[in-house]
Amino acid sequence: MMGLPAYLVLGALVFSIGLFGVLTRRNAVGILLGIELMLNAVNINLVAFARFNGDLTGLVFTLFTISITVAEVAVGLAIVIAIFRVRRTVEADRLDLLRG
Amino acid sequence: MSSNAWLPLLVLGMPFAAFLLLAVVAPLRRSGPRAGLVSIGAMAIALAGALTVWVEGFVGETTWAWIPADGGPIATVGLLVDPLSNAMLVLVTLVSLLVQIYSLAYLGDERPASLGRYYTYQSLFAFSMLGLVLAPGFLQMFVFWELVGLCSYLLIGYWYERPAAARAAVKAFWITKLGDVGFIIGIVLLWSATGTFEFTDLFEKAQEHALAITGLPTIMFLIYLGAVGKSAQFPLHVWLPDAMEGPTPVSALIHAATMVTAGVYMVTRTEPLFALVPEVLTLIAWVGAFTALLAATMACVEGDIKRVLAYSTVSQLGYMMAAAGAGAAYAGFLHLLTHGLFKALLFLAAGAVIHAVGTNDIFRMGGLFRAMPQTGIVFVVGTLALAGVPPLAGFFSKEAVLGGVWEADLTGPFLMLALTALLTAFYMFRVVFVTFFGRAHAGGHPHEAPWLMRGPLWLLAALTVAVGVRLALVGAGGQEETPAWLAPLSIGLAAAGFALAWAMYQRGAIDPARVAAGLAPLDYLARRRYGLDALYTGLYRGFILAFSRLIGWIDRYLVDGVLNVLTALTLRAGDRLRRIQSGRAQDYVYGVAFGVLLLIVWAQLWRQ
Repeated sequence: MMGLPAYLVLGALVFSIGLFGVLTRRNAVGILLGIELMLNAVNINLVAFARFNGDLTGLVFTLFTISITVAEVAVGLAIVIAIFRVRRTVEADRLDLLRG
Repeated sequence: MSSNAWLPLLVLGMPFAAFLLLAVVAPLRRSGPRAGLVSIGAMAIALAGALTVWVEGFVGETTWAWIPADGGPIATVGLLVDPLSNAMLVLVTLVSLLVQIYSLAYLGDERPASLGRYYTYQSLFAFSMLGLVLAPGFLQMFVFWELVGLCSYLLIGYWYERPAAARAAVKAFWITKLGDVGFIIGIVLLWSATGTFEFTDLFEKAQEHALAITGLPTIMFLIYLGAVGKSAQFPLHVWLPDAMEGPTPVSALIHAATMVTAGVYMVTRTEPLFALVPEVLTLIAWVGAFTALLAATMACVEGDIKRVLAYSTVSQLGYMMAAAGAGAAYAGFLHLLTHGLFKALLFLAAGAVIHAVGTNDIFRMGGLFRAMPQTGIVFVVGTLALAGVPPLAGFFSKEAVLGGVWEADLTGPFLMLALTALLTAFYMFRVVFVTFFGRAHAGGHPHEAPWLMRGPLWLLAALTVAVGVRLALVGAGGQEETPAWLAPLSIGLAAAGFALAWAMYQRGAIDPARVAAGLAPLDYLARRRYGLDALYTGLYRGFILAFSRLIGWIDRYLVDGVLNVLTALTLRAGDRLRRIQSGRAQDYVYGVAFGVLLLIVWAQLWRQ
């Protein structure tokens, strides 16, 4: 039986991998995947705390997070497709219209 | 409102109504002569009202609260009607009316729109001058004082396309403002010391010896400064000769008969206050006499007929002021009234001459008496009156002034004024001989002026004689008897001046050039106006302009420089800083992640 710290370490690892993906991926779809990983790292934490503290709130919260994540991915992919239609690319480095 | 108030109010209101009508109804104003008729009609009614007020001898004061405050108004406006203002009302309305009638012919060639503008200003001037005369307190007097100054500016600059006229207008405005600054400061100081602007209150206090204010001499001196500017006293007299750039009727009305006498009128009006400060009175007398003499010498060398008259006006204003300073304000005021008549006459006659020959230079006229005998006769009448020949109006008032100054034991001013009397006769007859007699100059066919111009001339000449005869019959009514030798002396001085002018310019017995050579330093100075204009120009160039340049330099290089450096720095910093905005979303995420990392580290290390 593993303790809470193991789950938290797993969550931290997944979060870091996700952050790394967000920061280094050049492809917009890859960045979205990184964001997914970061969100799920949070879910791991929530579930772990719910399990070890015996509190159901964390589980309910996780369900909400999953459903909102689905919506977010849908919107994100839609934006990526819209950008692709206009710019013929989804490479993040070239999407710099806000440059000062 | 008392029954005595509506008639003076009518006198005051008619010119104002005419001004409003002309100012608002543009088509009427642009119609020219018709606008003139409106103004003349209003002035005629005002004259009738003024004559009634004068003959009936109205006396009374009507005031309305102006600036309300706790415990009574701070200032009031109203009408102060007494013998002083009654006489002045008649003079102002009479001369205004005659000048306006005269102008119809004199300015007949002007464009209708310009003529309408002229009459609009004339109406405004008449209103302002009457308001000044009727003022029951210093504050109202100051307001109208400035209004007549404005009208003077507008009318001197009537031909504003001429650079000389525009410059003269600005000069007149500026220099009188110098005095007015003193005037307003004096008024406010007097108010802060006594709490009232009203003449009657102030006079009551003066009589009860309740005006023992420290610094009263200074206050009265400051108030007198206003009169120095307005009545062209030394050293602020330089604007009046230049004011001759305006149309001649304007010179007759504003710069001879009415506005320039406002200073004398003010001193006469507030005489109970000035009587409290003998040292200021003495100064007034000395400055007045000195102004009279100085201006007379300048008139002797002047070749421009209007400028001769202008210097003569300055000189006679000096007379009036000297009388006021000698405590003989009544004599000064009498001289103001008679001078108003005959100097307006002289100016209008000079206008007729200028109209006929088209030049101001007396040495390019000559022999005009044959061509225009009527103008010649009235000009000679005016000259005799100004020179002080009995029984014309000027003789009695001038004698009263000299007597008053003598009685006050002011020997120095008396001698200066006596010498001025001699010079006055000399320079006036010089003009008469050179202009109307002497050799006729070729070119042009001078003709008698139209009746619209001759009528006012004859009326003024008749009045000059009539007033003189009346004064001869009933006496000048002065408070004190003048010494018996005074009348022969003043007649003798006038005769000497006449003889000198006759010998030099008619008979040719004395060569003017040799006299000028004999008095070379004086001639040199007088021709250069004693360097006063040059002094003012020098002061202006050397002092005010240099100061302005310094201020300009500071503004341009120091103030603007600091701002320019600051803006350049801001621009550069912004240019550098904007590069951190790469526009790439991932860079911002880097920032956020790094920030969170810093927060975590900070929390771990310091937030124990």
